[in-house]
Amino acid sequence: MAPAIAEPATDPELLRALGRIVGPRWVRARRSERRAYEADGLPTHASVPMVAVLPGTTREVIALVRLLAERGVPWVARGAGTGLSGGALAASDAVLIPLTRLNRILEIDPRRRRARIEPGVVNARLSEAALPHGLLYAPDPSSQSACTLGGNVAENAGGPHCLKYGTTTNHVTALEIVLADGTVTRLGSPLGEPWGPDLVGLFVGSEGMFGIALEITVRLEPIPAAIRTLLADFTSVREATEAVGAIVAAGIVPAALEMLDQACVRAVEASIYAAGYPTDAAAVLLVELDGTGPSVAAEATMVEAMLRKRGARSVRSAETAAERARLWQGRKKAFGAMGRIAPDLVVQDAVVPRSALPAVLDTIGEIGRRYRLTICNVFHAGDGNLHPNICYDRRDQDLAGRVEEASRAIMEACVAAGGSITGEHGVGADKIDYMPMIFDETSLATMCAVRRAFDPSERANPNKVVPVHSCREWRAATGRRR
Amino acid sequence: MNEPIFEALKAIAREAVSLGGDGLPRVAPASAEALASVMRHAFERRWRVRVEGRASWMPPDAPADLVITTERMNRLLSVAPADLVATAQGGASMRAIRSALAPHRAWVPLDPPGSPDRTLGSILATGTAGPLRHRFGPVRDQVLGTTVVTGDGRIVRAGGVVVKNVAGFDLTKVQIGGFAAFGVIAEINVRLRAVPVARQTLVARGGLEALLEAARAIAEANVDLSLLELCSPALTASTEWALVAQTLGTPEGVNAEIERITTAAGDIRFDPLDGAAADRFLAAVGEGVLESPVVVRAGVLASGTPETVDLFGETIGLGRLSAGLGAGGLRWAGNPTPAHLRALRIRLAEREIPVTVERAPWAFRREVGHFGVFREGVRPLTERVRAVFDPGLVLAAPLEGQDGS
Repeated sequence: MAPAIAEPATDPELLRALGRIVGPRWVRARRSERRAYEADGLPTHASVPMVAVLPGTTREVIALVRLLAERGVPWVARGAGTGLSGGALAASDAVLIPLTRLNRILEIDPRRRRARIEPGVVNARLSEAALPHGLLYAPDPSSQSACTLGGNVAENAGGPHCLKYGTTTNHVTALEIVLADGTVTRLGSPLGEPWGPDLVGLFVGSEGMFGIALEITVRLEPIPAAIRTLLADFTSVREATEAVGAIVAAGIVPAALEMLDQACVRAVEASIYAAGYPTDAAAVLLVELDGTGPSVAAEATMVEAMLRKRGARSVRSAETAAERARLWQGRKKAFGAMGRIAPDLVVQDAVVPRSALPAVLDTIGEIGRRYRLTICNVFHAGDGNLHPNICYDRRDQDLAGRVEEASRAIMEACVAAGGSITGEHGVGADKIDYMPMIFDETSLATMCAVRRAFDPSERANPNKVVPVHSCREWRAATGRRR
Repeated sequence: MNEPIFEALKAIAREAVSLGGDGLPRVAPASAEALASVMRHAFERRWRVRVEGRASWMPPDAPADLVITTERMNRLLSVAPADLVATAQGGASMRAIRSALAPHRAWVPLDPPGSPDRTLGSILATGTAGPLRHRFGPVRDQVLGTTVVTGDGRIVRAGGVVVKNVAGFDLTKVQIGGFAAFGVIAEINVRLRAVPVARQTLVARGGLEALLEAARAIAEANVDLSLLELCSPALTASTEWALVAQTLGTPEGVNAEIERITTAAGDIRFDPLDGAAADRFLAAVGEGVLESPVVVRAGVLASGTPETVDLFGETIGLGRLSAGLGAGGLRWAGNPTPAHLRALRIRLAEREIPVTVERAPWAFRREVGHFGVFREGVRPLTERVRAVFDPGLVLAAPLEGQDGS
């Protein structure tokens, strides 16, 4: 929780200057106001910013960034604060810039299937706005009813349907950005073809450390003509994961392929989000197929046969839109449902090769027993993206310590299986210490150097993603070279 | 021949060093580590380096002190069929990769222009996707991770071998389509797809306007296609334009989509091509561009294709042209003057359409640059990123035109 150390007094002249840009009511300097921004969706990290300033226009954002550049003040851009890696936390010497007031959808062009939006637009709102045109925005993180597209760009957010449609990076075609020195630059093009190296691709997923996206151009997809959602239940987790491999190996790419284990199913069914999942199942699979009618019908027949062959006790198809929505509600609100189990929840995020899922899930079960923790698994099985959820009470220090140790053990198991420490939540502050598990010093130092190409002063979201010592070593090396 | 350089290279790379036909020392390392060793020496001595794959795409004519070829870095290092992931060295050819994956019933959906002997590293470095980008996206969408040797000999790894990964900054993105200005691609982790059960390819021939109209109707009907490509007469050695469509999936699904194509296309008649004929047709489209010295791509949306085709016709001629009429993107091959290309770039820039030189003789590349003139703010950013990967600027890669064209 918030550190109990004395905070440096904020320069009153700086506060006045910030107020002149955005209006005094949008400068949140009182401690009670600032504490509203002390955490994101990850309960294990907290930090109260020096001040929070909420710009209402891109012009105000640029003016803020230029003011902070003149004064050498670090800053952190923030969306809705739904992130799960502590990525948008600002230290007491940094200005927090929430972008939620920049929430205008600037243009939806149905003919070109593109939308231009400001960074504070909520993810689900874009699909709602595109709906009358028969279009949707595909990346759908579980937090889509609250998270912003600017945050999605920073984190390269995914979601269940990115199995078929890809993550945010596959949908952003152009950006207008402001760098930490106040330079405004346009990157990319409506198609996505860059005017030079692919700096849009480099910027997406840079976790707010390269600058701020002021305007985002995204690709919209046609709403599929046919959708079929299947629910299969298994008496063993291993059989369920093997069914996942069989579907993918058959050349079928479902729109989504999700798994919930028994602990998670029971939490969902005991909550207001009950979806009708069988509570005696060891695991359930939610398989969604979309496309044109005959293709979906043929694939659904094949998938159902594969699920049964691999041990599914039953396979149910959602017959109505309402039934489909209910099945998805259980999945998307699973994290909320787990709030019933304990006051706090760590939603972990790691990726393993699909073939490693059975063994890694076994290992995670062992880790839970070793550290005496309840770990539920609800995850994107189709792409091997695990979300072990650890329920706990942060007031219990011993318990909190075990959660931290178990999280590290889970990461080590995933990396040992050939995986990665994050599939969609980002590194942020939470996983910075895990980065050396998957990258050597040279690669980490190169990441630091690329960050410095965008922000030589390292003031944009400092001390995230890459361990500080890697950056120091890079500077030492380049200094020697010169 | 530069004897001191040749002798120095012999000392560090021994039998991997030879003398090229152009009189330049030629090094063929077999691993990322060996490549890094050569690059370190080149950096320390400020030798200018030309990077070649199998010289099957870009003319091997950049002025340099030495040539590094990835022709011995040609192995498929691993295949994980259950995970649909493979790792190949940068010098592995698409032909070899396809053959090695076939027994696993897996494939990489890359169908770049040029010879099937093109290396995977060349395809990444030039970002040259083919018609399959309609379904599978650009080259970057097939890449999960890279190992790159920088201009000063560091080995930098980015991404991983899993299909979803946001750990660290995505350094792979500047390698793809970076024309080797951001290091030499030593190893690539690619995403595989299972070979589909059924495939059907159709081709229609006729006038440009009629085919554009048919394609628009097919695209609006959201037919599930793997490609929908318009080809100019010169590209298919025909007197007529061609529109080729392909669908992949289950037999039932493929048949249904074929039905929908023919319904949407109205009076335009599509003829089916059997598997071998389809392969030949698409190979001819891909290899057809090699008949011309210059290949460019225009980043145009499908909705802007008709106007863009006209602009090409007015500015530099229709040439050997193909265009994706669903996913967008246009490729053109011909023999323009630098002045003509500049004129085209200016007219297309007004429409927010970038024009990238994918292949051309050195003199042409140097004069107009792969990307032409950078937008405001992009040049300093690009130069700083490039300095990270090639601090001595030893890699010959003219990203921007010599005269800011």
